[in-house]
Amino acid sequence: MKKSRILGLFSNFDEAFNAISEIRLHKITGVSVNDVTVISPIEHPEIEEVLGERPSHVPKFTLTGACFGLTFGFLFLASAQATFLVQPQGGKAVIPLPSNIVLTYEMLILFSVLFTVAGFIIGARLLRKRRSLYSEMVTLDQVGIELEVEEKYIEPIKRLFKEHGVLEIREEVAR
Amino acid sequence: MLDRDINEDIKWAKINTDILRSLENPRMGYWVSVGVCLGLLALGITGEVHQYTTGMGPANLNWPHMWDLYIASFIFWIGMSHSGTLLSAILHIIQSDWRKPIYRFAEAMTTFSLLTAGLFPVIHVGRLWNIYWTLPYYSDRGIWPNFRSPLIWDAFAVFTYLTSSALFLFIGMIPDLAICRDNAKGWRKRLYTVLSLGWRGDDRQWRNFRKTYLLMACYLIPLAVSVHSIVSSDFAMSIMPGWHVTTFPPYFVAGALYSGCAAIITLFVLLRYYFRWEDYMTIPILEKVCKLTFAIAMVWTYLNAIEFSAVWYGHDEASKEVLIAKFNGPYAWIFWTMMFCGSVLPFTLTFEKLRRNIPVMFVVSLFLNLGMFFERWMIVAPTLSLAYHPIAWNVMWGSWVEWFIVAGSFGWFGLLFLVFVKVFPSVSMYEVKEMVFHRRQLAHKDVKEIMHRPEGETKTATGRPGLEGA
Repeated sequence: MKKSRILGLFSNFDEAFNAISEIRLHKITGVSVNDVTVISPIEHPEIEEVLGERPSHVPKFTLTGACFGLTFGFLFLASAQATFLVQPQGGKAVIPLPSNIVLTYEMLILFSVLFTVAGFIIGARLLRKRRSLYSEMVTLDQVGIELEVEEKYIEPIKRLFKEHGVLEIREEVAR
Repeated sequence: MLDRDINEDIKWAKINTDILRSLENPRMGYWVSVGVCLGLLALGITGEVHQYTTGMGPANLNWPHMWDLYIASFIFWIGMSHSGTLLSAILHIIQSDWRKPIYRFAEAMTTFSLLTAGLFPVIHVGRLWNIYWTLPYYSDRGIWPNFRSPLIWDAFAVFTYLTSSALFLFIGMIPDLAICRDNAKGWRKRLYTVLSLGWRGDDRQWRNFRKTYLLMACYLIPLAVSVHSIVSSDFAMSIMPGWHVTTFPPYFVAGALYSGCAAIITLFVLLRYYFRWEDYMTIPILEKVCKLTFAIAMVWTYLNAIEFSAVWYGHDEASKEVLIAKFNGPYAWIFWTMMFCGSVLPFTLTFEKLRRNIPVMFVVSLFLNLGMFFERWMIVAPTLSLAYHPIAWNVMWGSWVEWFIVAGSFGWFGLLFLVFVKVFPSVSMYEVKEMVFHRRQLAHKDVKEIMHRPEGETKTATGRPGLEGA
């Protein structure tokens, strides 16, 4: 079935929320909130009230980074110190734990942060070619609701948007 | 006079316009500032070239003053870097929204201070052409990094802090870079398109952004504390009189926060004046920063007092002599200036009338930072001047080469900052919008009204005021 994308621009959150609430109540049969993407100029955690809770996997990346930093950090240092065995140790430990704890801690933080950023880029689907349905107004002061649905639902969605005071509607055929 | 952190009636379009205006063609004052910074940088380069060609002799780096103004300046710049990211992270976690208009330039200050600080160890060791010897790689020359030394810890900690705080600054800026992208033309459009990483502000991006920013903030707080603790270990882990002090780590952290806060006040005043950001960098926010600075000043004063008493009652004769020499020796005028600027002058911050007086706060902040620079000098110089061997007693005032390089560091920092404010928005647009939105919600006002543009204003993206002509 041919799919289309539609983007409705609203002047404020209340109108956009009301429109999504109606989609949530299955006012248009066959369209659910899972098809909805909300595009907004500011962070809006309340949106989960209507969209439902959607997961973010960034903390898992952070934890992985922490574990990696901890083990890699210590092993990196220990291997460097072991490689330098030719240097005179003066009876001291080849792998000194107290100083390695400090350095391992720094590596733990470094890799946690790096993995967190990687998790963000992957999770937020950044660095992808931007979809054509986009309006610069959403970085100014408008809220966009985007849906990717079968073509037959486009007209009912347009009507729903208009009921809630949509300012502008854009649509395109999904490739 | 506006008595709220921000005017919640401000329109979102105006926020974009006001902040994006700062990226437009600079005024004369900007070029004058660039000229001054270039002049200072030229002094620094002159000093460095002279040192490079003639060796470390002109810098007076010789026994007993192996560490000199370079290391004092290194601590100063590391300290300066602390308030930006650390305060931003703490205030983000405790959801103090008054940080939103001022955190961006403070975080930039952190990054540039670290970049400046990083130059000093390199300059200090001389022999720039052999600097790669400091890297921990297998070498048949028998030169190995000593992992037990806090100097190596320093390198790890500063590198981690620089990477993390630069990423923290960048991640926090992505939504604003998208705003810039949507309003820019020419090379700026291409630059912001690349840097905004395809941000479009959908719920998936915001959700991940929120988590990422919070997690990074959580990591940056202990990291910032660890960095300056480790810098203090460069001194405290030696057995030199005046350095072998248990309270050095918190003392360094407090000093770092203190100088960072003072620098935030200085830059706050300059940006507010230069870009006419009275609507965003408001007097109540300045007052809050001043109160915070006063609180940190009192912590710093206490830690000084506890350090002096610990040395006094410790009965280590050499340390006691260094302490007494600070009070009445050759460096006494620096010590008392430091104490005046660091412990007495902050009391001006307790008077509301003075806190609200911007020129007064600007001058006070400069003197606070002068005090903090002297503090770093007082950490390094007296101990080296009056160590265990009376034969080596000597006073350090710094040579012209050192002072030129120190001046050059201010020029370098200033230049980086000036470039930053012209290329990137130094006030967070999306967070100011959030602040306005939530404050308005709290005030039970009509949400519709917040986002509604005044009649007659252009609604098309291309017709908007912003970066045209840039």
